[in-house]
Amino acid sequence: MSMTARDLAGDLRAIVGERHVRIAPAERATYAMDGLPTHRRLPDVVVLPGTREEVIAIVRLLAAHGIPFVPRGAGTGLSGGALATGGAVLIVLTRLSRILKVDVANRSAVVEPGVVNARLSAATRPHGLHYAPDPSSQSACTIGGNVAENAGGPHCLKYGVTANHILSLEVVLATGETVILGSPGGEPWGPDLVGLFVGSEGNFGVATRISVRLTPLPRAVRTLLADFMALRAAGEGVSAIIASGIVPAALEMMDQSCIQAVEDSVYAAGYPRDAAAVLLVELDGRDDGAVQAEADAVTTILKDAGARAVRSAKNESERERLWQGRKKAFGAMGRLSRDLVVQDAVVPRSSLPDVLETIAGIAARHGLVVSNVFHAGDGNLHPNISFDATNEGMRTRVEEASAEIMGACIAAGGTITGEHGVGLDKLRYMPLIFDAESLGAMHAVRRVFDPEERVNPGKVVPLHACREWAGVA
Amino acid sequence: MTILEKVTALLGEGAVLETGTDRVPRIAPGSPDAVALLLGTAHQEGWRVRIEGAGTWLPSDAPADLALTTRRLDRVPAIEPQDLTATAEAGIGLDQLRQQLADRGAWLAIDPPGLAGRTLGSVVATASAGPLRQGFGPVKDHLLGVTFVTGDGRMVQSGGRVMKNVAGYDLTRLQAGGFGAFGVIVLVHLRLRALPRADVTHVLEGSRDELTPVAEEIAASGQTPAALELVSPALARRDRWVLAVRLVGSPALVAADEAGLGRFAKLRAEEAHGFWMRLAEGFAVRPVTFRIGGVPAASDELLDLLQHQIGDEWISAAPAAGAIRWTGDTTVDRLQRLRRALAALEVPLTLERAPWAVRSAVGHFGAYREGAGPLVAGLRRTFDPGGALVVATDGE
Repeated sequence: MSMTARDLAGDLRAIVGERHVRIAPAERATYAMDGLPTHRRLPDVVVLPGTREEVIAIVRLLAAHGIPFVPRGAGTGLSGGALATGGAVLIVLTRLSRILKVDVANRSAVVEPGVVNARLSAATRPHGLHYAPDPSSQSACTIGGNVAENAGGPHCLKYGVTANHILSLEVVLATGETVILGSPGGEPWGPDLVGLFVGSEGNFGVATRISVRLTPLPRAVRTLLADFMALRAAGEGVSAIIASGIVPAALEMMDQSCIQAVEDSVYAAGYPRDAAAVLLVELDGRDDGAVQAEADAVTTILKDAGARAVRSAKNESERERLWQGRKKAFGAMGRLSRDLVVQDAVVPRSSLPDVLETIAGIAARHGLVVSNVFHAGDGNLHPNISFDATNEGMRTRVEEASAEIMGACIAAGGTITGEHGVGLDKLRYMPLIFDAESLGAMHAVRRVFDPEERVNPGKVVPLHACREWAGVA
Repeated sequence: MTILEKVTALLGEGAVLETGTDRVPRIAPGSPDAVALLLGTAHQEGWRVRIEGAGTWLPSDAPADLALTTRRLDRVPAIEPQDLTATAEAGIGLDQLRQQLADRGAWLAIDPPGLAGRTLGSVVATASAGPLRQGFGPVKDHLLGVTFVTGDGRMVQSGGRVMKNVAGYDLTRLQAGGFGAFGVIVLVHLRLRALPRADVTHVLEGSRDELTPVAEEIAASGQTPAALELVSPALARRDRWVLAVRLVGSPALVAADEAGLGRFAKLRAEEAHGFWMRLAEGFAVRPVTFRIGGVPAASDELLDLLQHQIGDEWISAAPAAGAIRWTGDTTVDRLQRLRRALAALEVPLTLERAPWAVRSAVGHFGAYREGAGPLVAGLRRTFDPGGALVVATDGE
């Protein structure tokens, strides 16, 4: 860095005002981690712009001095993706929190990146609309962060992930130039640069305006809870639903360890404690009779697969209670131990029963508690490892078990992340699923957007594993 | 050695097909590796290569030293009905793929314009969704991953075979709709649906002014049609405009939505099949086809604009999705003027099909918004550093 943190802070204060630049250690410590407890980087400088013009001015200032930066939302990410690596300035976007436009006729909205996911749905609910991607952290995470990570959520099974809901973006590139990607109707101007940007984990620039698709609220909903005495039977139930052609709005699974944690917590949802697994299945649509017919069909399928009982939420409060247990499961697992690693991998849906057994074996071998709560309908696993980060031996075992779990998912034909991103945490696994040429291609694309590699440096693509691409950018 | 001799030495005689009428040698590599070998050599030798599929969509008229056709890449390495995924090579005809999937109870919910034998690679590269886009989204939503070969012969994989995947940047979405400017797609991992248990089509005839509010009403009602398409008389081969509603899914869902279509006439299964097939094929008859995408509420206004600027004899619109496809005969000048007029309304025009003289002048893309042009050019240089792939991206 060609200038000291103090000098830089002075220049940044001139842009955003005294209060919105943080350099005191205690203030910066808030931003040293994200939702993953295994990575920590204390930023030198944190800046919180309040407008897109301030973002542009900050990025131009940093460009003039060749200083790297990391865009950050609410910091709920689970891959170490929003940590200030390589002396980067952290640009925290939570103050850009305005919903700029809700277009009811076209079912779309334009928002700033710091708008909290659940707030957007709450604001559009009076119009009979909502923003469909619903990560478990939706009460805190921001739309900008969702775009960076291509976030998912339980209802993405039917409605699609973030990438399916982004129409256009205004992006500030590393140089401070502004580009507009996509169009109000979602049709690209040539190649789909919106699709390329979504999920690029902040490596391509800062999204300052985001146009999203809104989805009509379903008029009829049925939420079913099925409990199983064997994990394998629950996995087979998932496969049978998918193969039937019925597309539930959500199809979630929790194993016994997770059920116990939820039932011991304030989020107790009435899940049967003795079950090896429960499935939470939601069906929705326009017509009450049609949704009931699908719910009946799913009930039959689950009973055939060995469900001990299938019950339907009788009213909205019961439905909310069932969902609260699922959405707060990660929080509830905090009771099990001091620290928790929320893992993320995807496997073909038909291999769920086998992979779950393999994961249980890995956990037992390493003497660790692994709880599973996940998007079963998508095959998107979240094996969560409880541990104590102060115990170094245990930390090593967690790392080893995580690597083995990733290996098992890859061996089953899967991938290393379905919705949490690569960030810092999964860099080491990237060469297991992509060859040097493909990683080289990704690196080359990154350099088209950011030739100096100053935006969120050191994330996503492990440079040592890339084959070099000549004439890049 | 001539190009033909060099290619024969490289890939064997089996890869050399008959030479087209323009005397450009047509090469059909038999594997993704052979595509990489061919393009790597073309890059070194400075050959210009045009990309072809089955030859049923784009005319084979781009000036080139050789034509690379994917037609021998027609294997389907995997169909997984339990997972509702499949992996297919890019050169397989969509009709053949559809049949193989149906035999296993699976369905690919894409109905692109063109003939039934159009290749999968062509549909992905041009991102040509048809009426089913209304219910099942654009082409990119059906892709789990692709493998492609760059203009300098590098084989790149992106995405994977599972339903969700955020490992690395999404190069699959760059390839979907890239028109081959960023490489030749050789393998596609697909997201499937179960073969629908109910699939019905209802139609209503009338003037455009009569049908537009009906379409709006259906869209606003919360129904979820698989297709909601407003088709011009010439394209529908009827006397008046046709509003066609296709409902797909479980019998209960379809029956519930059918109940709201009192004024419509239900087509028999073979009539419905014929209706949608003729509509798709209609876009491969006239010399020029393009698509535009606006916001749903502007659909009627956009149809008016097309009618005034270029004529609306052959047109099909999905008003609730804001997607309109036009086909006919027109000039470079008119297309360029139309693209400018649409750009002012923030509506992109993608030229899907035209003779080379029109493609090269107008470009598949163009009228980029603020700052996007340099990014597209940078990506093009990255994936085809020698400019071996003859693709009319931006026009003149």
